[in-house]
Amino acid sequence: MRPARPALPEWVRRLPEYLMIWVPLLLSAAHLVSFSLWTIWISFTPSTLIPVTGWVGLRNYSAVAASRNWQIAFDNLLLFGSAFVVLSAATGLILAILLDQRIRGENVLRSIFLYPLAVSFVVTGTVWSWLLNPGLGIQKLVHDLGWTSFRFDWLIDRDMAIWTIVIAAIWQSSGFAMALFLAGLRSVDADIIKAAQIDGAGPVRIYRRIILPSLWPITITVVVIQLQFAISTFDLVRALTNGGPGIATQLPALVVYDLMFQRSLLGRGAAAAVLMLLILLAVLLPYAAWRYAQRRRAAYA
Amino acid sequence: MRERSFTPSRILIYLAVSLIAVAWLAPLAVVVLNSLRTNEEIAQGSMIGWPQHLAWANYAAAWSGFCVAETCAGIRPYMLNSALVTIPATIFSTLLGAIAGYAISLWRFRGDTWIYGIVTLGLFLPQQMRLLPWTIVLRDIGLINTLAGLVLIHTIQGLSFTTLFCRNYYVAIPHELIRAARIDGAGFFRIFWRIILPLSGPILIVTVIWQFTHIWNEFLYGVTFTTGQQQPVTAALIALSAAVADIPQHGVQSAAVIIAALPTLLIYLLGGKYFVRGLTAGAVK
Repeated sequence: MRPARPALPEWVRRLPEYLMIWVPLLLSAAHLVSFSLWTIWISFTPSTLIPVTGWVGLRNYSAVAASRNWQIAFDNLLLFGSAFVVLSAATGLILAILLDQRIRGENVLRSIFLYPLAVSFVVTGTVWSWLLNPGLGIQKLVHDLGWTSFRFDWLIDRDMAIWTIVIAAIWQSSGFAMALFLAGLRSVDADIIKAAQIDGAGPVRIYRRIILPSLWPITITVVVIQLQFAISTFDLVRALTNGGPGIATQLPALVVYDLMFQRSLLGRGAAAAVLMLLILLAVLLPYAAWRYAQRRRAAYA
Repeated sequence: MRERSFTPSRILIYLAVSLIAVAWLAPLAVVVLNSLRTNEEIAQGSMIGWPQHLAWANYAAAWSGFCVAETCAGIRPYMLNSALVTIPATIFSTLLGAIAGYAISLWRFRGDTWIYGIVTLGLFLPQQMRLLPWTIVLRDIGLINTLAGLVLIHTIQGLSFTTLFCRNYYVAIPHELIRAARIDGAGFFRIFWRIILPLSGPILIVTVIWQFTHIWNEFLYGVTFTTGQQQPVTAALIALSAAVADIPQHGVQSAAVIIAALPTLLIYLLGGKYFVRGLTAGAVK
Protein backbone atom coordinates (compact mmCIF):
# COMPACT_ATOMS: atom_id res chain seq x y z
CA MET A 1 0.00 0.00 0.00
CA ARG A 2 1.15 3.51 -0.80
CA PRO A 3 1.81 5.90 2.04
CA ALA A 4 -0.87 8.56 2.23
CA ARG A 5 0.12 11.82 0.57
CA PRO A 6 0.05 15.03 2.57
CA ALA A 7 -3.13 16.85 1.65
CA LEU A 8 -2.13 19.69 -0.61
CA PRO A 9 -4.67 21.97 -2.19
CA GLU A 10 -5.55 20.92 -5.72
CA TRP A 11 -4.06 24.01 -7.38
CA VAL A 12 -0.72 23.67 -5.57
CA ARG A 13 -0.44 20.06 -6.63
CA ARG A 14 -1.14 21.00 -10.20
CA LEU A 15 1.04 24.11 -10.22
CA PRO A 16 3.95 22.59 -12.20
CA GLU A 17 1.54 21.49 -14.88
CA TYR A 18 -0.10 24.91 -15.11
CA LEU A 19 3.31 26.54 -15.32
CA MET A 20 4.54 24.23 -18.07
CA ILE A 21 1.43 24.80 -20.17
CA TRP A 22 0.70 28.43 -19.55
CA VAL A 23 4.08 30.12 -19.29
CA PRO A 24 5.34 29.25 -22.80
CA LEU A 25 1.95 29.60 -24.44
CA LEU A 26 1.23 32.93 -22.77
CA LEU A 27 4.72 34.22 -23.58
CA SER A 28 4.24 33.23 -27.20
CA ALA A 29 0.75 34.68 -27.51
CA ALA A 30 1.57 37.80 -25.50
CA HIS A 31 4.67 38.61 -27.47
CA LEU A 32 2.85 38.22 -30.78
CA VAL A 33 -0.01 40.48 -29.73
CA SER A 34 1.89 43.07 -27.72
CA PHE A 35 4.82 43.33 -30.15
CA SER A 36 2.50 43.83 -33.09
CA LEU A 37 0.43 46.43 -31.24
CA TRP A 38 3.60 48.19 -30.11
CA THR A 39 4.94 48.38 -33.68
CA ILE A 40 1.58 49.69 -34.89
CA TRP A 41 1.67 52.33 -32.13
CA ILE A 42 5.25 53.37 -32.98
CA SER A 43 4.20 53.82 -36.59
CA PHE A 44 1.96 56.70 -35.45
CA THR A 45 4.64 58.44 -33.37
CA PRO A 46 7.46 60.81 -34.41
CA SER A 47 10.09 58.26 -33.21
CA THR A 48 13.41 58.44 -34.97
CA LEU A 49 16.49 57.11 -33.20
CA ILE A 50 14.62 56.03 -30.06
CA PRO A 51 10.93 55.33 -29.46
CA VAL A 52 9.09 58.41 -28.22
CA THR A 53 5.48 59.17 -27.41
CA GLY A 54 3.46 61.54 -29.49
CA TRP A 55 1.07 61.37 -32.39
CA VAL A 56 1.73 62.27 -35.97
CA GLY A 57 -1.28 60.57 -37.50
CA LEU A 58 -0.53 59.03 -40.86
CA ARG A 59 2.51 61.17 -41.55
CA ASN A 60 4.95 58.24 -41.38
CA TYR A 61 2.76 56.28 -43.75
CA SER A 62 2.55 59.11 -46.27
CA ALA A 63 6.32 59.65 -46.04
CA VAL A 64 6.99 55.95 -46.69
CA ALA A 65 4.43 55.75 -49.47
CA ALA A 66 5.84 58.87 -51.14
CA SER A 67 9.45 57.68 -51.01
CA ARG A 68 11.01 56.40 -54.22
CA ASN A 69 12.48 53.51 -52.29
CA TRP A 70 9.06 52.20 -51.25
CA GLN A 71 7.43 52.87 -54.62
CA ILE A 72 10.11 50.84 -56.38
CA ALA A 73 9.92 48.16 -53.69
CA PHE A 74 6.15 47.94 -54.06
CA ASP A 75 6.26 47.77 -57.87
CA ASN A 76 8.98 45.13 -57.61
CA LEU A 77 6.88 43.15 -55.16
CA LEU A 78 3.93 43.15 -57.57
CA LEU A 79 6.15 42.00 -60.43
CA PHE A 80 8.27 39.56 -58.43
CA GLY A 81 5.28 38.22 -56.47
CA SER A 82 3.10 37.51 -59.49
CA ALA A 83 5.89 36.21 -61.75
CA PHE A 84 7.38 34.03 -59.03
CA VAL A 85 4.05 32.59 -57.85
CA VAL A 86 2.77 31.78 -61.34
CA LEU A 87 6.07 30.37 -62.62
CA SER A 88 6.96 28.37 -59.52
CA ALA A 89 3.47 26.88 -59.29
CA ALA A 90 3.66 26.00 -63.01
CA THR A 91 7.13 24.50 -62.61
CA GLY A 92 6.01 22.57 -59.55
CA LEU A 93 2.95 21.24 -61.36
CA ILE A 94 4.98 20.17 -64.39
CA LEU A 95 7.54 18.44 -62.17
CA ALA A 96 4.77 16.70 -60.24
CA ILE A 97 3.04 15.49 -63.41
CA LEU A 98 6.36 14.22 -64.81
CA LEU A 99 7.16 12.40 -61.58
CA ASP A 100 3.67 10.94 -61.52
CA GLN A 101 4.32 8.95 -64.73
CA ARG A 102 5.65 5.93 -62.81
CA ILE A 103 9.23 6.61 -63.78
CA ARG A 104 12.32 4.95 -62.44
CA GLY A 105 14.36 6.83 -59.88
CA GLU A 106 11.40 8.89 -58.70
CA ASN A 107 12.76 9.14 -55.18
CA VAL A 108 16.15 10.42 -56.30
CA LEU A 109 14.59 12.96 -58.65
CA ARG A 110 12.21 14.18 -55.96
CA SER A 111 15.15 14.68 -53.62
CA ILE A 112 17.02 16.65 -56.29
CA PHE A 113 14.08 18.99 -56.89
CA LEU A 114 13.54 19.54 -53.17
CA TYR A 115 17.07 19.97 -51.86
CA PRO A 116 17.34 23.75 -52.46
CA LEU A 117 14.59 24.19 -49.85
CA ALA A 118 16.81 22.73 -47.15
CA VAL A 119 19.55 25.28 -47.78
CA SER A 120 19.64 28.82 -46.47
CA PHE A 121 18.57 31.67 -48.77
CA VAL A 122 21.87 33.31 -47.93
CA VAL A 123 23.71 30.37 -49.45
CA THR A 124 21.52 30.03 -52.54
CA GLY A 125 21.49 33.80 -53.07
CA THR A 126 25.29 33.89 -52.94
CA VAL A 127 25.63 31.01 -55.39
CA TRP A 128 23.16 32.52 -57.84
CA SER A 129 24.93 35.87 -57.64
CA TRP A 130 28.05 34.12 -58.94
CA LEU A 131 26.25 32.22 -61.69
CA LEU A 132 24.44 35.32 -62.91
CA ASN A 133 27.40 37.68 -62.60
CA PRO A 134 28.34 38.50 -66.23
CA GLY A 135 32.06 38.64 -65.42
CA LEU A 136 32.10 35.34 -63.52
CA GLY A 137 29.22 33.09 -64.40
CA ILE A 138 27.19 31.86 -67.31
CA GLN A 139 27.96 34.81 -69.63
CA LYS A 140 31.71 34.50 -68.99
CA LEU A 141 31.60 30.76 -69.63
CA VAL A 142 29.83 31.20 -72.97
CA HIS A 143 32.29 33.95 -73.95
CA ASP A 144 35.23 31.70 -73.10
CA LEU A 145 33.73 29.01 -75.28
CA GLY A 146 33.90 31.39 -78.22
CA TRP A 147 30.44 32.96 -78.51
CA THR A 148 31.54 36.47 -77.56
CA SER A 149 28.37 38.32 -78.52
CA PHE A 150 26.33 36.31 -75.98
CA ARG A 151 24.73 38.55 -73.37
CA PHE A 152 23.23 37.48 -70.06
CA ASP A 153 23.82 40.45 -67.79
CA TRP A 154 20.44 40.74 -66.05
CA LEU A 155 22.11 40.97 -62.65
CA ILE A 156 23.56 44.40 -63.49
CA ASP A 157 20.72 45.53 -65.77
CA ARG A 158 18.33 47.85 -63.92
CA ASP A 159 15.27 46.63 -65.77
CA MET A 160 16.08 42.94 -65.72
CA ALA A 161 17.75 42.49 -62.31
CA ILE A 162 14.44 41.69 -60.58
CA TRP A 163 14.14 38.66 -62.89
CA THR A 164 17.34 37.20 -61.48
CA ILE A 165 15.56 37.08 -58.13
CA VAL A 166 12.60 35.39 -59.80
CA ILE A 167 14.94 32.75 -61.30
CA ALA A 168 16.70 32.02 -58.00
CA ALA A 169 13.41 31.96 -56.07
CA ILE A 170 11.86 29.51 -58.55
CA TRP A 171 14.87 27.23 -58.32
CA GLN A 172 14.72 27.46 -54.54
CA SER A 173 11.07 26.78 -53.93
CA SER A 174 9.23 25.18 -56.84
CA GLY A 175 10.14 21.83 -55.26
CA PHE A 176 7.75 22.75 -52.48
CA ALA A 177 4.91 23.27 -54.96
CA MET A 178 5.90 19.94 -56.54
CA ALA A 179 5.62 18.12 -53.21
CA LEU A 180 2.10 19.45 -52.60
CA PHE A 181 0.92 18.82 -56.16
CA LEU A 182 2.36 15.31 -56.12
CA ALA A 183 0.44 14.53 -52.95
CA GLY A 184 -2.69 15.84 -54.70
CA LEU A 185 -2.10 13.82 -57.85
CA ARG A 186 -1.65 10.67 -55.80
CA SER A 187 -4.90 11.19 -53.95
CA VAL A 188 -7.09 11.30 -57.08
CA ASP A 189 -9.54 8.42 -57.00
CA ALA A 190 -8.01 5.59 -59.08
CA ASP A 191 -11.46 4.15 -59.87
CA ILE A 192 -12.58 7.31 -61.65
CA ILE A 193 -9.43 7.26 -63.79
CA LYS A 194 -9.92 3.60 -64.59
CA ALA A 195 -13.53 4.25 -65.58
CA ALA A 196 -12.43 7.07 -67.88
CA GLN A 197 -9.80 4.79 -69.44
CA ILE A 198 -12.42 2.16 -70.12
CA ASP A 199 -14.54 4.84 -71.79
CA GLY A 200 -11.59 5.41 -74.12
CA ALA A 201 -10.20 8.67 -72.72
CA GLY A 202 -6.51 9.31 -73.43
CA PRO A 203 -4.02 10.53 -70.80
CA VAL A 204 -4.25 14.18 -71.94
CA ARG A 205 -8.02 14.14 -71.65
CA ILE A 206 -7.87 12.44 -68.26
CA TYR A 207 -5.50 15.10 -66.96
CA ARG A 208 -7.54 17.96 -68.37
CA ARG A 209 -10.95 16.73 -67.36
CA ILE A 210 -10.41 14.74 -64.17
CA ILE A 211 -7.03 15.17 -62.51
CA LEU A 212 -6.20 18.86 -62.92
CA PRO A 213 -9.66 20.15 -61.83
CA SER A 214 -9.29 18.20 -58.59
CA LEU A 215 -6.05 20.06 -57.84
CA TRP A 216 -7.74 23.46 -57.37
CA PRO A 217 -7.68 23.49 -53.57
CA ILE A 218 -3.97 22.58 -53.56
CA THR A 219 -3.23 25.22 -56.18
CA ILE A 220 -4.82 27.90 -54.01
CA THR A 221 -2.83 26.74 -50.97
CA VAL A 222 0.41 26.76 -53.00
CA VAL A 223 -0.29 30.25 -54.35
CA VAL A 224 -1.10 31.70 -50.92
CA ILE A 225 1.99 30.21 -49.25
CA GLN A 226 4.29 31.29 -52.08
CA LEU A 227 2.78 34.79 -52.01
CA GLN A 228 3.37 34.95 -48.29
CA PHE A 229 6.97 33.96 -48.92
CA ALA A 230 7.33 36.55 -51.70
CA ILE A 231 6.05 39.37 -49.48
CA SER A 232 8.57 38.66 -46.74
CA THR A 233 11.53 37.90 -49.04
CA PHE A 234 14.65 39.37 -47.49
CA ASP A 235 17.65 37.01 -47.27
CA LEU A 236 17.58 35.97 -50.92
CA VAL A 237 17.71 39.55 -52.20
CA ARG A 238 20.20 40.60 -49.55
CA ALA A 239 22.60 37.88 -50.73
CA LEU A 240 21.85 38.02 -54.46
CA THR A 241 21.68 41.74 -55.33
CA ASN A 242 21.42 43.59 -52.00
CA GLY A 243 18.65 45.61 -53.61
CA GLY A 244 20.89 46.76 -56.45
CA PRO A 245 21.93 47.82 -58.98
CA GLY A 246 21.07 51.13 -57.31
CA ILE A 247 17.70 50.34 -55.76
CA ALA A 248 16.40 48.40 -58.77
CA THR A 249 15.65 45.19 -56.83
CA GLN A 250 14.41 46.81 -53.64
CA LEU A 251 11.64 44.91 -51.85
CA PRO A 252 9.46 45.98 -48.87
CA ALA A 253 11.32 43.78 -46.37
CA LEU A 254 14.60 45.50 -47.30
CA VAL A 255 13.02 48.94 -47.02
CA VAL A 256 11.81 48.13 -43.48
CA TYR A 257 15.29 46.98 -42.46
CA ASP A 258 16.93 50.01 -44.04
CA LEU A 259 14.58 52.46 -42.32
CA MET A 260 14.79 50.80 -38.91
CA PHE A 261 18.44 49.88 -38.60
CA GLN A 262 20.42 51.83 -41.16
CA ARG A 263 18.66 55.19 -41.16
CA SER A 264 17.26 54.93 -37.62
CA LEU A 265 13.85 56.20 -38.64
CA LEU A 266 11.87 53.99 -36.26
CA GLY A 267 8.46 55.56 -36.91
CA ARG A 268 8.79 55.21 -40.65
CA GLY A 269 10.29 51.75 -40.40
CA ALA A 270 7.34 50.66 -38.25
CA ALA A 271 4.93 52.20 -40.75
CA ALA A 272 6.61 50.27 -43.56
CA ALA A 273 6.36 47.06 -41.49
CA VAL A 274 2.64 47.68 -40.93
CA LEU A 275 2.21 48.27 -44.66
CA MET A 276 3.85 44.87 -45.21
CA LEU A 277 1.38 43.34 -42.78
CA LEU A 278 -1.51 44.96 -44.68
CA ILE A 279 -0.25 43.55 -47.99
CA LEU A 280 -0.06 40.14 -46.33
CA LEU A 281 -3.58 40.46 -44.92
CA ALA A 282 -4.85 41.33 -48.40
CA VAL A 283 -3.67 37.85 -49.39
CA LEU A 284 -4.47 35.90 -46.23
CA LEU A 285 -7.95 37.21 -45.35
CA PRO A 286 -9.60 36.12 -48.61
CA TYR A 287 -7.83 32.79 -48.21
CA ALA A 288 -9.09 32.40 -44.63
CA ALA A 289 -12.63 33.24 -45.80
CA TRP A 290 -12.34 30.69 -48.60
CA ARG A 291 -11.10 28.01 -46.20
CA TYR A 292 -13.93 28.79 -43.81
CA ALA A 293 -16.53 28.54 -46.58
CA GLN A 294 -15.00 25.28 -47.75
CA ARG A 295 -15.09 23.76 -44.26
CA ARG A 296 -18.71 24.76 -43.82
CA ARG A 297 -19.61 23.24 -47.15
CA ALA A 298 -17.79 20.06 -46.15
CA ALA A 299 -19.65 20.02 -42.83
CA TYR A 300 -23.05 20.26 -44.53
CA ALA A 301 -22.27 17.83 -47.33
CA MET B 1 2.54 -3.36 -68.50
CA ARG B 2 1.87 -0.71 -71.09
CA GLU B 3 3.42 2.13 -69.09
CA ARG B 4 6.76 0.39 -68.66
CA SER B 5 7.51 0.04 -72.36
CA PHE B 6 9.80 2.61 -74.00
CA THR B 7 7.44 4.56 -76.22
CA PRO B 8 8.58 7.90 -77.70
CA SER B 9 6.51 9.79 -75.14
CA ARG B 10 8.19 7.97 -72.26
CA ILE B 11 11.62 8.73 -73.68
CA LEU B 12 10.56 12.37 -73.83
CA ILE B 13 9.47 12.27 -70.19
CA TYR B 14 12.81 10.80 -69.10
CA LEU B 15 14.65 13.38 -71.18
CA ALA B 16 12.68 16.22 -69.59
CA VAL B 17 13.17 15.11 -65.97
CA SER B 18 16.88 14.45 -66.56
CA LEU B 19 17.42 17.90 -68.05
CA ILE B 20 15.59 19.61 -65.20
CA ALA B 21 17.48 17.52 -62.65
CA VAL B 22 20.78 18.59 -64.20
CA ALA B 23 19.69 22.24 -64.07
CA TRP B 24 18.66 21.82 -60.43
CA LEU B 25 21.98 20.24 -59.48
CA ALA B 26 24.14 22.63 -61.50
CA PRO B 27 24.43 25.37 -58.85
CA LEU B 28 25.51 22.81 -56.25
CA ALA B 29 27.99 21.25 -58.68
CA VAL B 30 29.42 24.67 -59.53
CA VAL B 31 30.07 25.52 -55.87
CA VAL B 32 31.55 22.11 -55.10
CA LEU B 33 33.90 22.35 -58.09
CA ASN B 34 34.85 25.93 -57.27
CA SER B 35 35.62 25.02 -53.71
CA LEU B 36 38.39 22.84 -55.17
CA ARG B 37 39.83 25.42 -57.58
CA THR B 38 42.43 28.04 -56.71
CA ASN B 39 41.52 31.70 -56.84
CA GLU B 40 43.87 32.27 -59.79
CA GLU B 41 42.22 29.49 -61.73
CA ILE B 42 38.78 31.03 -61.20
CA ALA B 43 40.04 34.53 -62.01
CA GLN B 44 41.50 33.34 -65.34
CA GLY B 45 38.32 31.61 -66.46
CA SER B 46 34.81 31.73 -65.03
CA MET B 47 33.05 30.37 -61.95
CA ILE B 48 32.03 27.41 -64.06
CA GLY B 49 34.84 24.98 -64.73
CA TRP B 50 36.67 21.82 -63.80
CA PRO B 51 39.43 22.01 -61.14
CA GLN B 52 42.94 21.53 -62.58
CA HIS B 53 44.19 20.07 -59.34
CA LEU B 54 42.21 19.66 -56.18
CA ALA B 55 42.80 22.72 -54.00
CA TRP B 56 41.82 21.25 -50.65
CA ALA B 57 43.57 24.21 -49.02
CA ASN B 58 40.39 26.23 -49.70
CA TYR B 59 38.58 24.21 -47.05
CA ALA B 60 41.31 24.75 -44.48
CA ALA B 61 41.29 28.48 -45.23
CA ALA B 62 37.49 28.65 -45.13
CA TRP B 63 37.28 26.69 -41.89
CA SER B 64 39.90 28.49 -39.86
CA GLY B 65 42.00 30.88 -41.93
CA PHE B 66 40.34 33.72 -43.80
CA CYS B 67 39.61 37.11 -42.29
CA VAL B 68 36.30 38.85 -41.67
CA ALA B 69 37.01 42.41 -40.52
CA GLU B 70 40.11 42.15 -38.29
CA THR B 71 39.61 38.60 -37.01
CA CYS B 72 41.13 35.79 -39.03
CA ALA B 73 39.52 32.66 -37.62
CA GLY B 74 37.64 31.49 -40.69
CA ILE B 75 34.08 30.26 -40.51
CA ARG B 76 34.63 28.03 -37.48
CA PRO B 77 33.54 30.42 -34.71
CA TYR B 78 30.36 31.30 -36.63
CA MET B 79 29.54 27.65 -37.23
CA LEU B 80 29.93 27.14 -33.50
CA ASN B 81 27.63 30.13 -32.84
CA SER B 82 24.99 28.69 -35.15
CA ALA B 83 25.23 25.31 -33.45
CA LEU B 84 25.01 26.91 -29.99
CA VAL B 85 21.84 28.74 -31.04
CA THR B 86 20.22 26.06 -33.18
CA ILE B 87 20.61 22.99 -30.96
CA PRO B 88 19.19 24.39 -27.69
CA ALA B 89 16.49 26.41 -29.45
CA THR B 90 15.41 23.31 -31.39
CA ILE B 91 15.26 21.20 -28.23
CA PHE B 92 13.43 23.80 -26.12
CA SER B 93 10.89 24.74 -28.76
CA THR B 94 10.17 21.10 -29.61
CA LEU B 95 9.76 20.03 -25.99
CA LEU B 96 7.57 23.01 -25.05
CA GLY B 97 5.57 22.60 -28.25
CA ALA B 98 4.99 18.92 -27.49
CA ILE B 99 3.69 19.72 -23.99
CA ALA B 100 1.54 22.61 -25.23
CA GLY B 101 0.21 20.56 -28.15
CA TYR B 102 -0.61 17.71 -25.77
CA ALA B 103 -2.36 20.03 -23.30
CA ILE B 104 -4.39 21.72 -26.03
CA SER B 105 -5.44 18.59 -27.88
CA LEU B 106 -6.00 16.04 -25.10
CA TRP B 107 -6.32 17.86 -21.81
CA ARG B 108 -8.40 20.92 -22.71
CA PHE B 109 -8.39 23.93 -20.44
CA ARG B 110 -10.20 27.23 -20.27
CA GLY B 111 -9.32 29.53 -23.16
CA ASP B 112 -7.34 26.88 -25.01
CA THR B 113 -8.75 27.56 -28.46
CA TRP B 114 -8.08 31.29 -28.06
CA ILE B 115 -4.50 30.83 -26.96
CA TYR B 116 -3.92 28.27 -29.67
CA GLY B 117 -5.36 30.60 -32.31
CA ILE B 118 -3.11 33.46 -31.25
CA VAL B 119 0.01 31.28 -31.06
CA THR B 120 -0.54 29.97 -34.59
CA LEU B 121 -0.90 33.58 -35.78
CA GLY B 122 2.88 33.59 -35.41
CA LEU B 123 3.09 31.52 -38.60
CA PHE B 124 1.72 34.40 -40.64
CA LEU B 125 2.80 37.65 -38.99
CA PRO B 126 5.83 39.09 -40.78
CA GLN B 127 9.06 39.05 -38.76
CA GLN B 128 9.40 42.76 -39.48
CA MET B 129 6.54 43.53 -37.07
CA ARG B 130 8.61 42.13 -34.21
CA LEU B 131 12.08 43.45 -34.96
CA LEU B 132 11.91 46.68 -32.98
CA PRO B 133 10.17 45.23 -29.90
CA TRP B 134 12.65 42.36 -29.76
CA THR B 135 15.52 44.86 -29.93
CA ILE B 136 14.15 46.70 -26.91
CA VAL B 137 13.29 43.57 -24.93
CA LEU B 138 16.69 42.00 -25.57
CA ARG B 139 18.43 45.21 -24.54
CA ASP B 140 16.37 45.53 -21.37
CA ILE B 141 17.09 41.98 -20.25
CA GLY B 142 20.76 42.29 -21.25
CA LEU B 143 20.69 39.68 -24.01
CA ILE B 144 21.29 41.89 -27.03
CA ASN B 145 24.27 40.68 -29.08
CA THR B 146 24.34 37.33 -27.27
CA LEU B 147 23.67 33.81 -28.46
CA ALA B 148 21.31 33.34 -25.51
CA GLY B 149 19.17 36.15 -26.93
CA LEU B 150 18.84 34.32 -30.24
CA VAL B 151 18.01 31.07 -28.43
CA LEU B 152 15.23 32.89 -26.55
CA ILE B 153 13.78 34.39 -29.74
CA HIS B 154 13.85 31.14 -31.68
CA THR B 155 12.37 29.19 -28.78
CA ILE B 156 9.40 31.52 -28.36
CA GLN B 157 8.83 32.02 -32.08
CA GLY B 158 9.30 28.33 -32.75
CA LEU B 159 6.35 27.52 -30.47
CA SER B 160 3.98 28.58 -33.24
CA PHE B 161 5.24 25.79 -35.46
CA THR B 162 5.94 23.13 -32.87
CA THR B 163 2.62 23.54 -31.06
CA LEU B 164 0.75 23.33 -34.36
CA PHE B 165 2.64 20.23 -35.54
CA CYS B 166 2.25 18.38 -32.24
CA ARG B 167 -1.35 19.41 -31.66
CA ASN B 168 -2.36 18.17 -35.13
CA TYR B 169 -0.66 14.88 -34.40
CA TYR B 170 -2.05 14.42 -30.89
CA VAL B 171 -5.70 15.05 -31.78
CA ALA B 172 -5.63 11.68 -33.51
CA ILE B 173 -4.69 9.85 -30.29
CA PRO B 174 -7.80 8.16 -28.84
CA HIS B 175 -9.14 10.03 -25.82
CA GLU B 176 -10.11 6.74 -24.18
CA LEU B 177 -6.43 6.08 -23.62
CA ILE B 178 -6.11 9.27 -21.61
CA ARG B 179 -9.37 8.70 -19.75
CA ALA B 180 -8.32 5.21 -18.71
CA ALA B 181 -4.97 6.48 -17.46
CA ARG B 182 -6.69 9.21 -15.46
CA ILE B 183 -8.99 6.72 -13.82
CA ASP B 184 -5.88 4.82 -12.80
CA GLY B 185 -4.70 8.00 -11.09
CA ALA B 186 -2.10 9.19 -13.57
CA GLY B 187 -1.57 12.95 -13.67
CA PHE B 188 -0.75 15.37 -16.44
CA PHE B 189 2.98 14.69 -16.56
CA ARG B 190 2.81 10.95 -15.94
CA ILE B 191 0.44 10.57 -18.90
CA PHE B 192 2.73 12.71 -21.00
CA TRP B 193 5.87 10.70 -20.17
CA ARG B 194 4.29 7.25 -20.15
CA ILE B 195 1.72 7.42 -22.93
CA ILE B 196 2.12 10.46 -25.15
CA LEU B 197 5.89 10.67 -25.52
CA PRO B 198 6.38 7.02 -26.52
CA LEU B 199 3.78 7.57 -29.25
CA SER B 200 5.36 10.81 -30.45
CA GLY B 201 8.41 9.54 -32.34
CA PRO B 202 7.31 10.44 -35.87
CA ILE B 203 6.04 13.93 -35.05
CA LEU B 204 9.06 14.78 -32.91
CA ILE B 205 11.39 13.87 -35.80
CA VAL B 206 9.38 16.08 -38.15
CA THR B 207 9.40 18.94 -35.65
CA VAL B 208 13.11 18.67 -34.86
CA ILE B 209 14.11 18.60 -38.54
CA TRP B 210 11.82 21.51 -39.32
CA GLN B 211 13.05 23.63 -36.43
CA PHE B 212 16.70 22.79 -37.01
CA THR B 213 16.69 23.79 -40.68
CA HIS B 214 14.57 26.87 -39.95
CA ILE B 215 16.81 28.16 -37.18
CA TRP B 216 20.09 27.25 -38.84
CA ASN B 217 19.06 29.04 -42.04
CA GLU B 218 17.61 32.10 -40.33
CA PHE B 219 19.31 35.36 -41.23
CA LEU B 220 17.25 38.44 -40.34
CA TYR B 221 17.34 38.04 -36.55
CA GLY B 222 20.99 37.02 -36.64
CA VAL B 223 22.02 40.11 -38.54
CA THR B 224 19.75 42.42 -36.54
CA PHE B 225 20.51 41.36 -32.99
CA THR B 226 24.15 40.27 -33.17
CA THR B 227 27.35 41.78 -34.53
CA GLY B 228 30.92 40.64 -35.14
CA GLN B 229 31.98 37.60 -33.18
CA GLN B 230 28.46 36.79 -31.99
CA GLN B 231 26.92 36.33 -35.44
CA PRO B 232 25.51 33.06 -36.73
CA VAL B 233 27.03 31.62 -39.88
CA THR B 234 24.39 32.99 -42.28
CA ALA B 235 25.17 36.55 -41.20
CA ALA B 236 28.91 35.87 -41.29
CA LEU B 237 28.68 34.63 -44.89
CA ILE B 238 27.22 37.96 -45.98
CA ALA B 239 29.92 39.82 -44.05
CA LEU B 240 32.51 37.57 -45.70
CA SER B 241 31.35 38.27 -49.24
CA ALA B 242 31.47 42.00 -48.48
CA ALA B 243 34.96 41.62 -46.94
CA VAL B 244 36.50 39.80 -49.90
CA ALA B 245 34.82 41.96 -52.54
CA ASP B 246 38.04 43.87 -53.33
CA ILE B 247 40.29 40.80 -53.50
CA PRO B 248 38.07 38.01 -54.87
CA GLN B 249 38.62 34.67 -53.16
CA HIS B 250 35.89 32.65 -54.76
CA GLY B 251 37.56 29.32 -54.07
CA VAL B 252 37.65 29.95 -50.34
CA GLN B 253 34.19 31.51 -50.38
CA SER B 254 32.77 28.47 -52.15
CA ALA B 255 34.28 26.21 -49.52
CA ALA B 256 32.75 28.40 -46.81
CA VAL B 257 29.35 28.22 -48.51
CA ILE B 258 29.56 24.42 -48.63
CA ILE B 259 30.55 24.16 -44.97
CA ALA B 260 27.74 26.50 -43.91
CA ALA B 261 25.17 24.53 -45.88
CA LEU B 262 26.42 21.11 -44.80
CA PRO B 263 24.44 20.63 -41.54
CA THR B 264 21.04 21.23 -43.13
CA LEU B 265 21.97 19.34 -46.29
CA LEU B 266 22.96 16.33 -44.18
CA ILE B 267 19.74 16.53 -42.19
CA TYR B 268 17.83 16.69 -45.46
CA LEU B 269 19.65 13.67 -46.87
CA LEU B 270 19.10 11.66 -43.68
CA GLY B 271 15.54 12.70 -42.97
CA GLY B 272 14.22 13.84 -46.34
CA LYS B 273 10.94 11.98 -45.86
CA TYR B 274 10.28 13.75 -42.58
CA PHE B 275 11.40 17.07 -44.04
CA VAL B 276 8.73 16.77 -46.72
CA ARG B 277 6.17 15.73 -44.12
CA GLY B 278 6.99 18.86 -42.15
CA LEU B 279 6.59 21.02 -45.24
CA THR B 280 3.23 19.59 -46.13
CA ALA B 281 2.03 19.58 -42.52
CA GLY B 282 2.86 23.26 -42.27
CA ALA B 283 1.10 23.92 -45.55
CA VAL B 284 -2.11 21.97 -45.47
CA LYS B 285 -3.26 22.01 -41.86
